[in-house]
Amino acid sequence: MIRFSWLQFRAQAVAALGALAIVAVALAVTGPHLNHLYDTSGVATCHARGDCASVATTFLNQVPADQILYYLGIAVLLAAPPVIGMFWGAPLVTRELETGTVRLAWTQGVTRTRWLAVKVAVTGLAAMVTAGLLSLMLTWWSGPVDTAAALKTGYSISFIRIGPVLFGARDIMPVGYAAFAFALGVTAGVLIRRTVPAIAATLVVFAAVAIAWPLLIRPLLIAPVHAIVALTPASISTSLAAGPGGSEIVMPVASAVPPGSWVLSTRTLDSTGHAFNAATVPACQGSSPSQALACQATLGRLHLRDLISYQPASSFWPLQWYETAIFLGLAALLAGLCLWRIRRQAS
Amino acid sequence: MIEFALDEGSGVATYLQLAQQVRQALRLGMLEPGERLPTAQQVVARLAINPNTVLKAYRELEREGLVRARPGQGTFVLRALPGTDPAVQARFLASMTGWLRSARAAGLGPDDVEAIYHTAFRDCFAEGVA
Amino acid sequence: MSTVIETRGLGKKYGRRWALRDCTLAIPAGQVVGLVGPNGAGKSTLLHLAVGLRTPTLGVITVFGGRPADSPAQLGRAGFVAQDTPVYARLSVADHLRMGAWLNPDWDGELAARRIERLGLDPHQRAGSLSGGQRAQLALTLAIAKRPGLLILDEPVASLDPLARREFLQDLMEIVAEHEVSVVLSSHLIADLERVCDYLVVLIASQVQLAGEVSELLAEHRRLSGPRRDPGRLPASQEIVEETHTDKQSLLLIRTSEPILDPAWAVTPVSVEDLVLAYMRRAGSAGGARRPGLEVVS
Repeated sequence: MIRFSWLQFRAQAVAALGALAIVAVALAVTGPHLNHLYDTSGVATCHARGDCASVATTFLNQVPADQILYYLGIAVLLAAPPVIGMFWGAPLVTRELETGTVRLAWTQGVTRTRWLAVKVAVTGLAAMVTAGLLSLMLTWWSGPVDTAAALKTGYSISFIRIGPVLFGARDIMPVGYAAFAFALGVTAGVLIRRTVPAIAATLVVFAAVAIAWPLLIRPLLIAPVHAIVALTPASISTSLAAGPGGSEIVMPVASAVPPGSWVLSTRTLDSTGHAFNAATVPACQGSSPSQALACQATLGRLHLRDLISYQPASSFWPLQWYETAIFLGLAALLAGLCLWRIRRQAS
Repeated sequence: MIEFALDEGSGVATYLQLAQQVRQALRLGMLEPGERLPTAQQVVARLAINPNTVLKAYRELEREGLVRARPGQGTFVLRALPGTDPAVQARFLASMTGWLRSARAAGLGPDDVEAIYHTAFRDCFAEGVA
Repeated sequence: MSTVIETRGLGKKYGRRWALRDCTLAIPAGQVVGLVGPNGAGKSTLLHLAVGLRTPTLGVITVFGGRPADSPAQLGRAGFVAQDTPVYARLSVADHLRMGAWLNPDWDGELAARRIERLGLDPHQRAGSLSGGQRAQLALTLAIAKRPGLLILDEPVASLDPLARREFLQDLMEIVAEHEVSVVLSSHLIADLERVCDYLVVLIASQVQLAGEVSELLAEHRRLSGPRRDPGRLPASQEIVEETHTDKQSLLLIRTSEPILDPAWAVTPVSVEDLVLAYMRRAGSAGGARRPGLEVVS
């Protein structure tokens, strides 16, 4: 059954190899040059000199084409798992149900359970390897641009590796996502039994999970670090920021968290420890520059503090391992559900 | 090797038709003692009938003492049918052929010939053997 | 004689409709069994239950004494050719043989290769581009090369042209002669079954109407014709299957194990096709007659 699963997977394997080859060639052609420019740009040593933002910007301006590849790479890595789920996972069973070949496959010498188990194992493994190789190549290649972009944008949440955009597209996370999306596709196929609806269901469910997860679950996986920042008259910034529940919070001028951290929440507290809403301060209504200065002066006298909870950059690898394990576990659960269900499946 | 044919519309059971064709072949000298009958496999490959039917026909012939089945080797003709003298057969075959040619020349068609034949046959062999 | 397929009270329901009901059969080994009936009568359902593609709603079915598709050993005992002979369109003929070898423990590769060569199939041709007759031959090869004791075929010739049909049946009968395998074959074309079957199961409106050896069934059924009369005067041991009356004549098809003694009847034998058609008409009118019966409340 292992050999037969490979035989059936042949065409898709060729497509995957082709895609991997194209990516590999594109990266191999541009990678060395990119690395060379990075090495000579001085970004690696910029912290000592304090000119990170400017050398990073200079470096990035030298590689406009590579920037396009960079964004494509992120898109490819984020799209690969659901595509695998939709086109390798969902049709795994539905194609055979729709063409009637299950009536051939289930009357050979292997039970249905073994048939599905081996197909899922072989194709699932291929899915994980494909995602893994893609991620390996793109993570290596993107390293310099990741660093430079984070520096240029002052560690904007979009360009830090632990942030919600890059996290799923780096290192081992795509492998976990691919396994999960694949298992989701197979499950949709087994339950829905028709290819097109199963593909749609896989996409919808995966997208919902992928969007909700970083917002709702990832922040809870590791206990965040809490920092308390005293807001002195000198350290308050002139502009307010949006806070929880539509309130406005007061931000410090300099960032209070280590570079590369993922800020989960910021709350402003007054001197008694209660939540403070800057929108309630009359001096802070309105937006002209002179009003902003008056607002800043008013707030400075109130002994405010910011309570920031964040994940430092050092949580990146523990989070990667935890999440990948969770998604692999979910994939295994879904696979088990399919195996149980296929025994009662009508043909 | 004898070739069987099937008359599906005749209402006669298949195995009986096969047995009868073997008997006719014996009478006409087309099968001789010691010759092997086609295997069931060979017969059904041409006729698309159940092999058990062929075996039933051969068993019927074996019961009549005309053939004998040797396990692993096939079914063999034991003896010719009594009363068949090839010379006599040939003589009547020739005279029948001549009669048919004259009938045809006189304008009789196949249906006419058959009607004449069946009427004369019934009168002669009153028991009506098929 | 041993049985290959046994069912007791077998029933299968899809949603609210019973596809098969009260099916109790003991199909003997060593024969070619024909399963005949109109489309939608439940033939495919019964065969799918026999190979484990479906599970019963009610009742029991065993094949060689075991539950269908329960284990690799049980799967190896029966070979199946499904309706419209599904094949993997993008895989070649040779790929299908490889599949057979990999997925079946008792695979006879030589037999498979010999058959493919004799049938003139190109091993490298994609199965999707084979003709209907060639696909049926490939499916039959896959089924027989696993050396089963039973071959089950679901309408294998329904979509073939007459020549391909004849060739398929010739081939199938040759296989039966060579390998002594039992066969259960379903069709709605009675004439084909008449040639090849020695046991018949008639399935109409989801129920078994008739089952038995063909020779016995033909011996038990008679067509009677005679002057118009009330058939109620027939002895009880003679069951009327079908009766038609004109103003002068009565025609009956009866089932009996005793000779017809009444000299007023002209007795003629019945062909398999006439027999099946009569039972089909009977089943059809039984369904219709019920409805007027309900309406007669005055």
